[in-house]
Amino acid sequence: MAKPKIATTSLAGCFGCHMSVLDIDERILELIELVEFDKSPIDDIKRLSGRCLLGLVEGGCCNEENVHVLKEFRTHCNVLIALGDCATMGGIPALRNVIPLRECLDEAYRLGPTVYNPTGAIPNDPDLPLLLNKVYPVQEVVKIDCYLPGCPPSADAIWAALTALLNGRPIELPYELIKYD
Amino acid sequence: MSDTVALTIDNVQLQGRPGQTILEAADEAGIYIPRLCHLKGLQPFGSCRVCTVLVNGRPQAACTQPISPGMVIESSTEQVREIRKDLIDMLFVEGNHFCMFCERSGNCELQAMAYRFGISAPRYPFLFPSRAVDASHPDIMIDHNRCIRCARCVRASRDLDGKEVFGFVNRGPHKELAVNAAARLVDTTVDVTDQAMNVCPVGALLKKRTAYVVPIGRRKYDHTPIGSEIEGARSQ
Repeated sequence: MAKPKIATTSLAGCFGCHMSVLDIDERILELIELVEFDKSPIDDIKRLSGRCLLGLVEGGCCNEENVHVLKEFRTHCNVLIALGDCATMGGIPALRNVIPLRECLDEAYRLGPTVYNPTGAIPNDPDLPLLLNKVYPVQEVVKIDCYLPGCPPSADAIWAALTALLNGRPIELPYELIKYD
Repeated sequence: MSDTVALTIDNVQLQGRPGQTILEAADEAGIYIPRLCHLKGLQPFGSCRVCTVLVNGRPQAACTQPISPGMVIESSTEQVREIRKDLIDMLFVEGNHFCMFCERSGNCELQAMAYRFGISAPRYPFLFPSRAVDASHPDIMIDHNRCIRCARCVRASRDLDGKEVFGFVNRGPHKELAVNAAARLVDTTVDVTDQAMNVCPVGALLKKRTAYVVPIGRRKYDHTPIGSEIEGARSQ
């Protein structure tokens, strides 16, 4: 029987949660005995190849490409996991949510004290993903099956969740593995 | 008048003293009822409702409700747990609680309460309100993003410090903490040694230059759930 597949992605995140996945250290050898990695920054596969058992999503949705990838994960993954605080509550990117988008762009490309931009243009190429009005936690865009909070979630929390799911058990994180920082 | 009052909490029979609130009687019996706005030594306030219990089937705030003979109280039933989880969820989504960089993280009672209830994500959409930070005072700052309007600082300043530095303005969802000055904290009589400075359950009222002193792993709620000190008294 083929090994179940696991896909991971980073949306509006910093890849810190992916670093925490790697932080399971030598347990990653056990993990690849159990699963095959599909689309993921870890193996650099760019597209989902088909049905996956697990999807790990780091980061919230700050642009239309994030929404596209997230919906694709929802379509192809049996169990979708929100990985980390940015996925579950927007995190640092969501600091912009209290400031109108126009003001954010003006600060970044025109008014910021270190900006050098003689034309004063704000990037608007059709190839650039359109920014959303604010950063959305993933559960406000698609249905999420489970959440691993933390900035990042500890490797032990990720390992506990993965081993539970791969063995068909419910995820029951002990007190010390639920952290928001 | 009898000098004890018999009641039951979660099928445990206990004897309280006349004049006690449900929360005080439970504390003495080693039964922890979760609470955020209540703090021993301050007047009961009853704003957060996290201490909600069912008294003879009706929801009441345990911190303000006096005990009476024969009360049957449910505190740790699934129904009451769900009410409390909802309240905690709502406190998270209606403010801007960025735990990852908050100075109070690990020592925050709101965060600790969510940990105790095993909340991995709130069930409601985030509101991301626009709130101000007042860092005008040389030693103290207020981050309104994190304020849960528990009124601990209001009560401590009024009753313990005799100053009335803090109060509330506006009503309903617009209610917010305000200072007793035209605009800024620096124009009040607040001092960093005030008792009001030691009561904030979250990272809203902070002493400057005291942040991140305790490393992760050694903070108050890193290993021990909030309320353990009260429950520990029972098991001994």
